[in-house]
Amino acid sequence: MDFSPLFQPKSMAVIGVSLQNDQHPANVIFRKNHLRYPVKVFPVNPKGGSLQGETVFKKISDIPQKVDLAVIAVRADHVPDIIAECIECGTGGAAVISGGFAEIGRNDLQEALVATARKADFPFIGPNCLGIYVPSIVDSFFLPSERMVRPDQGNAAMVSQSGGILVDHMLKFKQEGIGLSLGVSIGNKAMIREIDLLEYLEKDPGTRVIAFYVEGFAGGEGRKFVLAAARSPKPVIVIKSGKSPGGSRAVSSHTASLAGDYEVFSQVLAQVGVVEARDELELLSFCESLSCYQTAIEGKIGIITGSGGHGAMAVDLCSAHGLRVPELTSREQESIREDLSKSIKAIASLGNPIDLTGSAVDEDFVSAARHLSTIPEIDCVLMLLLPYLPGITSDLGARLSNIYQKEGKALIAYVPNVEKYGMLIEGFELNGVPVSHSIEAAVLMAEALRRCQPC
Amino acid sequence: MLKKGNKEILDASRNNGWVLEPDAKTILHSYGIEVPQFIWARSLEGAREFVRKYGFPVVGKVISPRILHKSDAGGVVTGINDDKSLGDAFQRFSQMEGFAGMLVEKMVSGIELMAGAKVDYQFGPVILFGMGGTEVEIYRDTVLRMAPLAERDVPAMMSNLKARSLLEGYRGSKPVDVGALTRTLLAFSDLVMDIHEFIESIDLNPVLCSTEKCIVADARIMLTTV
Repeated sequence: MDFSPLFQPKSMAVIGVSLQNDQHPANVIFRKNHLRYPVKVFPVNPKGGSLQGETVFKKISDIPQKVDLAVIAVRADHVPDIIAECIECGTGGAAVISGGFAEIGRNDLQEALVATARKADFPFIGPNCLGIYVPSIVDSFFLPSERMVRPDQGNAAMVSQSGGILVDHMLKFKQEGIGLSLGVSIGNKAMIREIDLLEYLEKDPGTRVIAFYVEGFAGGEGRKFVLAAARSPKPVIVIKSGKSPGGSRAVSSHTASLAGDYEVFSQVLAQVGVVEARDELELLSFCESLSCYQTAIEGKIGIITGSGGHGAMAVDLCSAHGLRVPELTSREQESIREDLSKSIKAIASLGNPIDLTGSAVDEDFVSAARHLSTIPEIDCVLMLLLPYLPGITSDLGARLSNIYQKEGKALIAYVPNVEKYGMLIEGFELNGVPVSHSIEAAVLMAEALRRCQPC
Repeated sequence: MLKKGNKEILDASRNNGWVLEPDAKTILHSYGIEVPQFIWARSLEGAREFVRKYGFPVVGKVISPRILHKSDAGGVVTGINDDKSLGDAFQRFSQMEGFAGMLVEKMVSGIELMAGAKVDYQFGPVILFGMGGTEVEIYRDTVLRMAPLAERDVPAMMSNLKARSLLEGYRGSKPVDVGALTRTLLAFSDLVMDIHEFIESIDLNPVLCSTEKCIVADARIMLTTV
């Protein structure tokens, strides 16, 4: 099945625009795409007329060109007929925004929809969803433009059973500086399901990491999904809701009681190297670090900081998250010490964590990072930066990123998230180095790299 | 491939909802999984004959389609060391509901592990492995994997247990026979893949592992209700 009409549409019909109510979801969708995105947009309503000076077509087949994507926001009862019309006139695919299907017990209506679409190999997202958001291409979310927070274009894709969760994470992607390649709200996932999008995104050149918000899989579907994810060359992250068991069930065996639905879900994911995010902080941290690095590490962390306390906190967190912080040999320490500036040579502690002290300057961080990047006992460098130290400048982010680009060893930065440190942060992020805004998140970023492999 | 004899056992057990322990052990044995030397004694004389051949000590367990949780019902006697205790146990069991005989088997020792299987709605057959015994639900030191298992899964599963150092030899104790444990788990995985359409879950608990061998001391196969 060809998904390009859904995610790379050049033309789009918005079916169900209202001629009276400008707040109607279809009108919002029309307005936010029309003349704002490169996609050519056609409004459709059986009554015809005009909207914002554009002709409203009575039906999709009246549109004088083939349409790639139909966004459908009409009463549920009408949707099967409209899908049939779309197929009839050669439309590429659809996003069915309308609710009123399986989620309220109208499985019959939903099944009719799927049967029609499947017969014609016609891809559709939904129903009961927000649909598709592709930066700079198309946006089928019925949320007014001025209310949305749009992440920058990037290489993390997110597929969500819940529209609200997707929109919320897009907002947080923006805050954290995570770029989005594609956001899809799949709602009732009647036809296009997680596994279909996994297969599409694996091949999408704009996507490097794929995140899923999953409420549950159908019978046997979880197995197919994880086996496909295990074969994926790109890291896959899953966050699951509905973890707590539904009341106390009488179980007749130890195994049945120990292998609850969520325990199985969680451990099977780990078995095949799908990274399970247990909460929102994990999801955001994992997305950010895996959008930068897709190669798994063993988890041997080198820590560089200007504050002993930050180093100690990071070591504790590393150990709690199954990461090692190996002590450097005295020879390694000596070679690092040689290159440090005079003022800190005698006071810096270099065993790992490397505490360069509050008197360190840019050069010291750069030289320590360069040394750690060449030591084989370290496979990831955590750089805990305190921009309020007088010796640190805004250039340091770009300079340290340069070391990663030369040496290829994963580098993760912690910088407090304050506007005045923006240039330092961008120096990292624009050069492909993830930046966390807490020590814990920095450690989670390293953990993601350790967990994106079968265990 | 499901062997004919095993299929017959499963079909015959279907109405009961689960497979009687001696039948379950017969199935395990057919997959090369080690179980203690045992007999299904329908009379006290049968039990005595077993003891004459293999000697004391033995374990006696009630066999009854009505008694799933044998220990809870007082249907297990371990460390039977003389003819009188053997007779007492048989006598007591024969009064129990649905009595169909007594399972008499050799005592075995080792670290108590457990292996289990469940057919999960989303992920199909999964294998559980970990520390066994009657308190497994308290300590919950187990790991889960999708079946079938590959050989490389076994060391990874062992290393994910909190009590892994017990298996590796703790404070002077000898490590368990990892080869035997691996063979047991892989054979169990084969069995699970063959019969997953019939089962809801399986408990092999305890699996007693020592330096020389791994032996399944108790087995419960719960069947799907159709």
